[in-house]
Amino acid sequence: MPSRIYLDYNATTPVDPAVLESMLPFFSGQFGNAASIHTTGQRAHSAVETAREQVAALINAHPQEIIFTSGGTESDNHAIFGMINPTNYADTNLISTVIEHEAVLNTCQALAARGVTVAYLAANRDGQIDPQHLRDLVHDLPNTSLVSVMHANNELGTVQPLEEIGHIASEADVYFHTDAVQSAGKLPIDVNALRVDLLSLSAHKIYGPKGVGALYIRSGTPLRQFLFGGHHQRGFRPGTENVAGIVGFGKAAELAAASLEHDATRISALRDDLERGLLQRIPQSRVNAATAPRTPNTTNILFPGVDGEALLIALDLKGLSCSTGSACSSGAVEPSHVLTAIGLTPAEARSSLRFSLGRHTTRQEIDAVLLAIPQAVEHLREISPNYPKEMSSSN
Amino acid sequence: MNAALPSELVDLAIPATAEVVAVAMSGGVDSSVVAALMQEQRRTVIGLTMQLWNQRRLPTLQSAGPAQHRCCSIDDVYDAKRVAQHLDFPHYVVNFEDQFESRVIRPFVDQYLSGRTPIACTHCNTDIKFDPLLRMARQIGAARLATGHYARIRKNGSTGRWELLRARDESKDQSYFLWGLTQEQLSNSEFPLGELTKEEVRAVARRVNLPVAEKPESMELCFVPSGNYVQFIHAYASEQNMSRTSAGGDIVTEDGEILAHHDGVHHFTIGQRKGLGFSTGKALYVLSIDAQTNRVVVGEDQSLHKTTCEVANVNWVSCEMPTAPLRTRVKIRHKHESALGTVEALDATTVRVVFDTPQRAITAGQAAVLYDADRVLAGGWIR
Repeated sequence: MPSRIYLDYNATTPVDPAVLESMLPFFSGQFGNAASIHTTGQRAHSAVETAREQVAALINAHPQEIIFTSGGTESDNHAIFGMINPTNYADTNLISTVIEHEAVLNTCQALAARGVTVAYLAANRDGQIDPQHLRDLVHDLPNTSLVSVMHANNELGTVQPLEEIGHIASEADVYFHTDAVQSAGKLPIDVNALRVDLLSLSAHKIYGPKGVGALYIRSGTPLRQFLFGGHHQRGFRPGTENVAGIVGFGKAAELAAASLEHDATRISALRDDLERGLLQRIPQSRVNAATAPRTPNTTNILFPGVDGEALLIALDLKGLSCSTGSACSSGAVEPSHVLTAIGLTPAEARSSLRFSLGRHTTRQEIDAVLLAIPQAVEHLREISPNYPKEMSSSN
Repeated sequence: MNAALPSELVDLAIPATAEVVAVAMSGGVDSSVVAALMQEQRRTVIGLTMQLWNQRRLPTLQSAGPAQHRCCSIDDVYDAKRVAQHLDFPHYVVNFEDQFESRVIRPFVDQYLSGRTPIACTHCNTDIKFDPLLRMARQIGAARLATGHYARIRKNGSTGRWELLRARDESKDQSYFLWGLTQEQLSNSEFPLGELTKEEVRAVARRVNLPVAEKPESMELCFVPSGNYVQFIHAYASEQNMSRTSAGGDIVTEDGEILAHHDGVHHFTIGQRKGLGFSTGKALYVLSIDAQTNRVVVGEDQSLHKTTCEVANVNWVSCEMPTAPLRTRVKIRHKHESALGTVEALDATTVRVVFDTPQRAITAGQAAVLYDADRVLAGGWIR
């Protein structure tokens, strides 16, 4: 049976077999509710606390600074909503960036609709924000409750200068949140070095299960409660713990910490070969945000004259999974707000594809896609009405 | 490079020998049956559903609660996906929102504001389904695009021309909306339902257990699920700052006597009787709409009957443009019983139609479509 080639690890990753194994006892055998007083519950509780330690260790935090959530989206929502005073939206400022994930962007927009003033830091051609711009903004907006800047961008892989941002935020006495969903497991993260107060994580991006995430909350951060209910997780994040999922997250974090360096070296070599190979074989192609610091596994490539949506489908029909910007609820491709934010024209954004590699990507797979993608691009350009026109204008 | 390596991708590639067909799937019964029929012909099917209009785009039109079960809604996309899953072929949603807005929505609103009564479906066929969607189909490796239209395509052996014909089931015939297709578009398209009745289509759906077999038909324009065009035009025109949106004017008799005031010409269509906003002793109908002066002229039914009209943007489908005046049947709206007349070319893309007998409510913005028995000879927009 033929297997597909998967180059969409930024969307999600397969659960590591060791992770799956660690989870299995907690569905039926050790099924306890971690909040129960009895022995059955205590066993589940202890497994959850072990996972908390494992996740904390991945980002050099204390276990008590970690709450488990339903995923990156909840973590982002909680971090942002939780730092905004709900009785005084009008006098509250929030600073974020134009290239955030929708989980942050749409949360900011929801708050803007309630009267919060949201300022968005621009990104340059390389997907980087300008720390000086942040310095000016926190100076100009004295009532800033939170700065939220993502660590690594999901579409480009570009990494923001978080240490500097953390420094600026702490100097200005402003709390700092980062969405680290795309950097965890790919880059070393030390919450103290980054001076971050809140940090979002997701299990399924690091070979853990879907539906589990975490929010790091530095001790002393005045984060408001977001969900209300029972007394789980000290009453601060109620809801019966997803014990098996949390255990899997813990195991995945442990594995990620152990293999981070090795994975990064091996995967970035494959990514670089993929990039080089495609640029050599496909005329006019170029890498978006090529010179920025990037996660080791991500490349976003512009194929001028090609409809990215058609290329994505053509490649999928050949057995290769990759991605364009983002999909809307119907599954259609939407123009990427990230690519246009870094200065690409809408046409260029529509002609770009993201390839994100992972732990299971092999050299053979890269060699195979280096044959398949140029072929597909050439075919699309042959029947594209845009290609000759765009070429003549760019030459 | 190791020659044995790319096997994984090649294995999965659709066999070059099989005839690959893309099916335009709306999530309804008709296009779902097309997919089933294509599979029964042992064709390799790729399902494509178009994302055309974001229902959240005009917030003032939103009702509370989940989206209504209508075309363009997420429910329809999911229905199409369920059918693809049931029949086991790949399915994708493709985004043509930008094209749909610029080529269908905006002209639709603009025409209404100009006192005309447009047909959005024709623009959608010519400029969306058989343009970017057909191109998408060919880009992803399909030889042709099959759709659920009730009409027929055949190649004329002697002229070499692709011809467009009425559906066998005249009650379902949609050829009136397809006159804009070029030879290239026709040659790359298939209408598998053209030989079937609606009942036969439902029967196929039940036979292959399609999850949408009993789904009701959608009757309204897909982007105006409420059916309230006026409300939609208001919302879109004000969002887009389109002119003449709120310009009211007079409702007058043929002699120029002012009978009432109206809130904008887009409230009216030729032949309309209801909703004039006033009543006199006798039945009055909209005779003409002048967007320049914002006047709506009303009068008695007999004044609605006219013998001639000019037709612009004419596309000759199943034959070349004739050099001599042509005696043929002409249909001036979807539900019009076609009428015999003489068609004379005024220039390369304009014709004048002179009907043998006066026709009721010849409406600017609607299409005049020329038929020779079942064949669509040509079509164009009534001026």
